[in-house]
Amino acid sequence: MDKEIKFSWQDIIKYGVIGGIVALYVVLIGMVVTFKERYIIAETVNLGQIALFSPTFILAYFAANNARKLKSLIYAIVVGALVGAIVGVFVAALLVLASHVNMREVFLNVSPELLKILHFGQESLKGASLVIVGLNLIVGLVGGLFALAPRRWSNALLVGAALVTLMGILQELMSITFGTKDWYKPLGEFIYAKKGLSWGGTILFFVLGMLFSLWRSSPGLHPGARVAKLPPKQQQGVRIVSFLLGLAILVWLPKFLGSYPSEILTTVGIYVIMGLGLNIVVGFAGLLDLGYVAFFAIGAYTVGILTTTGKLATVGWNFWMALPVAIFLATMAGVILGIPVLKMRGDYLAIVTLGFGEIIRILVLSDWLKPYIGGAQGILQIPKPEILGYEFKGPQQIYYLVLIGILLVGYIAWRLRDARVGRAWKAMREDEDVAEAMGIHLVSTKLMAFATGAAFAGLSGAIFAAKLGSIFPHSFNLIVSINVLSLIIVGGIGSLPGVVVGALILVGLPELLREFADYRMLFYGALLVAMMLVKPEGFVPEKTHARELREQPLEPEVAPEAPAREAL
Amino acid sequence: MAEKRHSEYILETIHVTKQFGGLVAVKDLSIQVPHQSIYSVIGPNGAGKTTFFNCITGFYKVTEGDILLDGESIAGLRPDIIVKKGISRTYQNIRLFQNLTALENVMVGHHPRMKAGWLGAVLNTPATRQEEAATRKLAMELLEFVGLKGVEHELATNLPYGMQRRLEIARALASEPKLLLLDEPTAGMNPSETEEMTAFIDNLRKEMGITVLLIEHDMRVVMSISDTITVLDYGEKIAEGKPEEVRANPRVIEAYLGRGAATQHEAKAA
Amino acid sequence: MLRKFMRKHDVTDLVMWLIGFGLLVVVFIGTYRTLASGKYENSVWLDFFIFGLAQGSVYALIALGYTLVYGILFMINFAHGEVFTGGVFTAYFFAIAMERAGFIDRHWVLALLILMAIAMTVSVMVAVVLERIAYRPLRGAPRLVPLITAIGASFFLQYTYRGIYGSGVKTYPDFPALDGKLNAFGREWPILTTQALVIVVSALMMVFLYWYVQKTKAGKAMRAVAEDKEAAALMGIDVDRVIVNTFALGGAMAGVAGILYALLFKQVNAFMGFIPGIKAFTAAVLGGIGNVPGAMLGGLFLGIVESLGPSLILDGLGIPAPYQLKDAIAFTLLVLVLIFRPTGILGERLSEKKA
Repeated sequence: MDKEIKFSWQDIIKYGVIGGIVALYVVLIGMVVTFKERYIIAETVNLGQIALFSPTFILAYFAANNARKLKSLIYAIVVGALVGAIVGVFVAALLVLASHVNMREVFLNVSPELLKILHFGQESLKGASLVIVGLNLIVGLVGGLFALAPRRWSNALLVGAALVTLMGILQELMSITFGTKDWYKPLGEFIYAKKGLSWGGTILFFVLGMLFSLWRSSPGLHPGARVAKLPPKQQQGVRIVSFLLGLAILVWLPKFLGSYPSEILTTVGIYVIMGLGLNIVVGFAGLLDLGYVAFFAIGAYTVGILTTTGKLATVGWNFWMALPVAIFLATMAGVILGIPVLKMRGDYLAIVTLGFGEIIRILVLSDWLKPYIGGAQGILQIPKPEILGYEFKGPQQIYYLVLIGILLVGYIAWRLRDARVGRAWKAMREDEDVAEAMGIHLVSTKLMAFATGAAFAGLSGAIFAAKLGSIFPHSFNLIVSINVLSLIIVGGIGSLPGVVVGALILVGLPELLREFADYRMLFYGALLVAMMLVKPEGFVPEKTHARELREQPLEPEVAPEAPAREAL
Repeated sequence: MAEKRHSEYILETIHVTKQFGGLVAVKDLSIQVPHQSIYSVIGPNGAGKTTFFNCITGFYKVTEGDILLDGESIAGLRPDIIVKKGISRTYQNIRLFQNLTALENVMVGHHPRMKAGWLGAVLNTPATRQEEAATRKLAMELLEFVGLKGVEHELATNLPYGMQRRLEIARALASEPKLLLLDEPTAGMNPSETEEMTAFIDNLRKEMGITVLLIEHDMRVVMSISDTITVLDYGEKIAEGKPEEVRANPRVIEAYLGRGAATQHEAKAA
Repeated sequence: MLRKFMRKHDVTDLVMWLIGFGLLVVVFIGTYRTLASGKYENSVWLDFFIFGLAQGSVYALIALGYTLVYGILFMINFAHGEVFTGGVFTAYFFAIAMERAGFIDRHWVLALLILMAIAMTVSVMVAVVLERIAYRPLRGAPRLVPLITAIGASFFLQYTYRGIYGSGVKTYPDFPALDGKLNAFGREWPILTTQALVIVVSALMMVFLYWYVQKTKAGKAMRAVAEDKEAAALMGIDVDRVIVNTFALGGAMAGVAGILYALLFKQVNAFMGFIPGIKAFTAAVLGGIGNVPGAMLGGLFLGIVESLGPSLILDGLGIPAPYQLKDAIAFTLLVLVLIFRPTGILGERLSEKKA
């Protein structure tokens, strides 16, 4: 590192002040109050407190981590504690200020309730301030200690804590889903208290998380590494078996989970299909499309118009007749909107596609087109799909439609990725001029990317319309495009498994945490920035693909399929 | 690659001029490159060599004049069509597809010779599979040919400089060109690497029967392997001929070293 | 012959020219029919025009921020609309405080200046922090990366404002001194006082900016960095500092634009910056992005088109409630300019430099 081993008072103050500002931000934006009812551990620790103290922890960790290079352990811990104390001073100052001045008119969230929480049960302001500083100091100290742990162990601790938090959040869902099942009752009583995990449950999941992380990180035990040691024939066998096993679980899942979780999974799935499509456009071909929602809307509206039995009824087709039309129209729209932007690059492309998306949204909302597509009132009474007497009526049934969609679209994306077309896309993403000089016809290659992406979105939109039974313009605003973009970036641009992971994190989790709705876009925005700054390749990067390739010795006889073998 | 020849020359440029606004980058340039030769274009910085390359490969449209590839006009065609017709190139400042593996880079190079489309890829038809396998095999062979065996699955960006240069040539060769344009292939190389590269280029012609059009700064390279040399200055041809003729040409010396040097040289010759 | 033509050009070029031509015909027919029907009186057109000029000057001020940053970093500061929001939204709380104290009634000029100062300060702060945290670490990254960051920052800021200040629409206090039509030089002019003020203030700001960029040392450094960062650094110019200055300058313009916007439209909320932001970007592109006078002209042009367009073009085509489509007109204009003249009306610097 270029930094000298020097860690001064200024640095401590710097980290403390940054932490203080972030903590104030968390307080002012209202997280502490919003999440106060979300207990994670036995009516003691709630998500609001976690939000309040995590800036302290993180900043203390970073400060101590830098200070650690001084090799004095005590010093690192002291640094952590001091940073924590400074953060505490900030929060305490807010408490004091807010107790004397009415800040609520400007800062909506500085409510009496917040002040009550910040008092931490103390009567006097002085006592409360001391408690705040003290608690922050302790958290900072823990953060400092944490920085001293070896990487593998600190990771394990983090995974443990994350699992505990996740299980705490899941409490409500678990009891809705399994509350009636016999096998669940004793288990539920053991792991959960009235609100949040019980102490036993906390310890259980913490240890489980740690063990899992340690297991993953020990080189001899990692499943991927062990599979890689097998001969190729067996490797393929392992992959096929695990694929079939995964598929069986996916098929069985809605029966096991019941209605509400299936609903969430269906929503996640709809985003996965869109994500796989946008991943082709942005991830493979490098064309940043911010108007992607337009194709989703076209798919949904086509199905809506062609199948509705309501006021706007037209031909009254069934879903299966409308579906190909929806996909076809979305594809055509992809080509037509693709043509004007062929010569544009990067940021211009982004703005123009965003403009397209907005134009379509404005048109849909306008009085002009209202007689045909319903304006703000949308399209109602869209019948559910039916096949051979099986009706996809509820989330548990639509789930299978989505699953088939994902498998189909995922298969297509996976095949294309390593084919001639996919290579041309990636080459174009890397350097358009050179790609053209290597014989790639830019126009057709780009249009193919736009068309494929749009077709996927069209399919997704069609399923979306069938799922909801009614569609409204506000379901198709820019936010959808941003959501999809965020999820492929979080998963890893260009990575197929990344799309699924991204959708689970960004679409699935918020559904579980309803209080979170207000912070969803805030969180996405911050995540986009943070990912670009810290981990632009995403959590499941595309490069692993290259690494996997390397692990397999190449044999030309079996070559054609070799590159595409990737764990699904 | 004994194809039918339609013209005595694989490449002919006829009074090619390229203008950017008021700036004439290439002026009235005519050259004739015989089949299976090594033809060098040299000249001081900013003489218009790379612009000339860009005109041949279709990246720039020529303002005036015509370019014939084996007797057929290719001026004004799109770059991707020109590659299909048999010209491929490398770049002065290496331009690989950085985040693709070495193998993928070369396979992209073979793109214009492949047919598989969207549907073929999705349905994984036997024809597509065969083509993929053949392309892969060709790419592996090319990588071995340029000495990159063993790093096929490294990302291009992670390769050392010399390897990147050779990878770029392998990529260019993958399109099975009749004419290969190399833009300063030895730039940034040490003497032994340069020597290797020189031998390699010579080998290209001998083993693969490819004509090479070369832009090069290193005079030793140019003089040792070129059959013919054209010297450009300010976009104009100031000399042309065999290496020894060009070496002795006073205008060339003047362009490279300034007027004083030229007179000195003349005096010495006298 | 045709085959040869097709090999040199793509069908897509043809399609695009057809689209362009078609739109031109539509515009022409719409305009002709509106004018022929005589539905609107001349004074109405004048009102539309003046309103367009006023909102166009606001666009122009915001557009300057895009253009300045683009000129130097070749990136679209997607979050610039939120820089604009930050200033005017924060100033709102001071505005109501001043109204309650009766300060606006007594010293409206001073009150306005104070509000502008506050809005400028906040907007500058947002812009500078944005540059420091989100953009500076990414200099030299692939183009997509800072753009995605900017999009993320834009949403982060929008929802930060919403979270901190609340989600409701807030109404700016009235400036009684600015009510009604402009009375000056002994007669009444066909322009609202607010509109006149907006136009004059933005004109002053633009003149100031032009002077700053052209004549001051800091402005010259800015232009040097825009020309060639490395060379400028070798000449002893602190490039980072110049970039911060640029963001600050753009922020200051956006701050003033915010207050003018509040005077014109009265209402503020957390998401108010998004649409004006995109429109201002359109304006910047119209004038040739990276080109300062271009951004000013582009803004005025867009404001006027947007104000006249719905009635002039769409009304004649028999489209009901044409005013709903005014944003669509702006976006269509953006798309058309980027397709047919990406260098903008005045611009010449963009296209080659991007390579």
